[in-house]
Amino acid sequence: MNRNDFPILDQQINGQPLVYFDNAATTQKPEVVIQALADYYRSINSNIHRGVHYLSQKATQEFEIARQTIQHFINAPSHQEVIFTRGTTESINLIASSFGHTFLHENDEVLISEMEHHANIVPWQMICDEKKAKLVVAAFDETGTLDMNDFQQKLSPKTKIVAISHVSNTLGTINPIKQIIELAHAQGTPVMIDGAQAVSHLKVDVQDLDCDFYCFSGHKMYAPMGIGVMYGKAQWLNAMPPYQGGGEMIKNVTFEKTTYNELPFKFEAGTPAVGDVIGLKTAINYINSIGIENIAQCENELLQYATQQLQNIDGVTIIGTAEHKTSIISFIMKDIHHYDAGFIIDKMGVAVRTGHHCTQPIMDKLKITGTIRASFAFYNTREEIDQLVRAIFKTKEMLS
Amino acid sequence: MNITETENEIIDEFELFDDWMDKYNYIIELGKTLPLIDPQYKTDGYLIPGCQSQVWLHANYADGKIVYKADSDAIITKGIINLLIRVLSNRTPQEILDAPLAYLDKIGIKEHLSPTRSNGLVSMIQQMKLYAATFQTQNS
Repeated sequence: MNRNDFPILDQQINGQPLVYFDNAATTQKPEVVIQALADYYRSINSNIHRGVHYLSQKATQEFEIARQTIQHFINAPSHQEVIFTRGTTESINLIASSFGHTFLHENDEVLISEMEHHANIVPWQMICDEKKAKLVVAAFDETGTLDMNDFQQKLSPKTKIVAISHVSNTLGTINPIKQIIELAHAQGTPVMIDGAQAVSHLKVDVQDLDCDFYCFSGHKMYAPMGIGVMYGKAQWLNAMPPYQGGGEMIKNVTFEKTTYNELPFKFEAGTPAVGDVIGLKTAINYINSIGIENIAQCENELLQYATQQLQNIDGVTIIGTAEHKTSIISFIMKDIHHYDAGFIIDKMGVAVRTGHHCTQPIMDKLKITGTIRASFAFYNTREEIDQLVRAIFKTKEMLS
Repeated sequence: MNITETENEIIDEFELFDDWMDKYNYIIELGKTLPLIDPQYKTDGYLIPGCQSQVWLHANYADGKIVYKADSDAIITKGIINLLIRVLSNRTPQEILDAPLAYLDKIGIKEHLSPTRSNGLVSMIQQMKLYAATFQTQNS
């Protein structure tokens, strides 16, 4: 679907047509996004806000239109609750640091899950160490489904925030975040959702979810690298101190005292990535033009087809078989190391990712050193999955 | 055979291969035939961690020469280890320190030695040279 919109896909790798199955790491960019980025630098590049000249006004206007586009995309109540960051990792670091410094105290707890990406583990570990608070981890079961009994047991009055992924980047599991948010809110605990693997696959409505924070990256949703979003409810953002100091985030500066700017600027110190923000807006308009439901349906068909094909191959075991999944399929091969498999599969023209996928605790739990992960976007095809299957057979032939 | 002669011998062997499959079938075979490392050296103390594959390396210095033994959990990595040991093992520290290892590029496997591959091989070569420098200093 819409494959021709992506110029990078039209090339050969190792003498084979490129099959790009590393979309969970980063998606490719459609021509409209590449063009928007080039157009920005060709015609309106300028530093935004406070500039009185034409280009600055124009760039500022485009930048703020982009913020509104993102607001509507996730159905945030206000554009002031949409903060630009470098990506999901920076968004989570911002919340862990800023929320943590204000609301975390000794013996408090932060509740995460066993399937988190390192980006949703380490920032919390750092602030917990500093505040002498405790990181508590809810388990998942053998299918890669979050154990809700364990989650409920570990959610306690000591839990000051729940930080959990919407979708697991390794297992593909879609977590029941609405239920998690309801349970946490019932006892007054806010919830942060790591949406890095969700926004390009599922409709996200932050008001319907009622989440307190939602983080995602542009580059995993067809936008440029280096731009991300942190949505936060104004009540929290107003109560949290700035994360970084500098230009843009101030109201008034003297050597004695600085007062901070209003939302969203309080959290946006320094010159932002204006071109990338406009690229993100263009990517969202592009997604909307196809329809997120159509994208989800197409990707789900690819997932079902790949699951059928892979589970019939002798010696292949799929890791992550939750009932609700996005188009991520992780697998291991009997007696074959993932590095060797990834190398041969690449030689066959198929780009997959191998290793622990920045989720070492998942590997430790499953007692494996890594998986081979194929992750699909709507521009992928069944024929490409067939090429992956041929590559897997070649891998078996060469390495068994 | 000195280091240059061994390197040239390997380059000649690899010139026989027509495509990547022949080449990697040979590297996989080299991985399978790599002499086993003594289990006592396959421990954390000898581990060179990589993000993708892991390497264990042991060096023994006797009669002015270093003998390396190594292993990996990935077979392609093991095959390349075999090629490194063939060139660098049983040499004097000075020979090891001077070895340019240009043959790795010439036989077209340099892609495994990019730091981004993080299969432990780049660190392994550094570690082999470090052993050579250490033994040389200790015995000078």
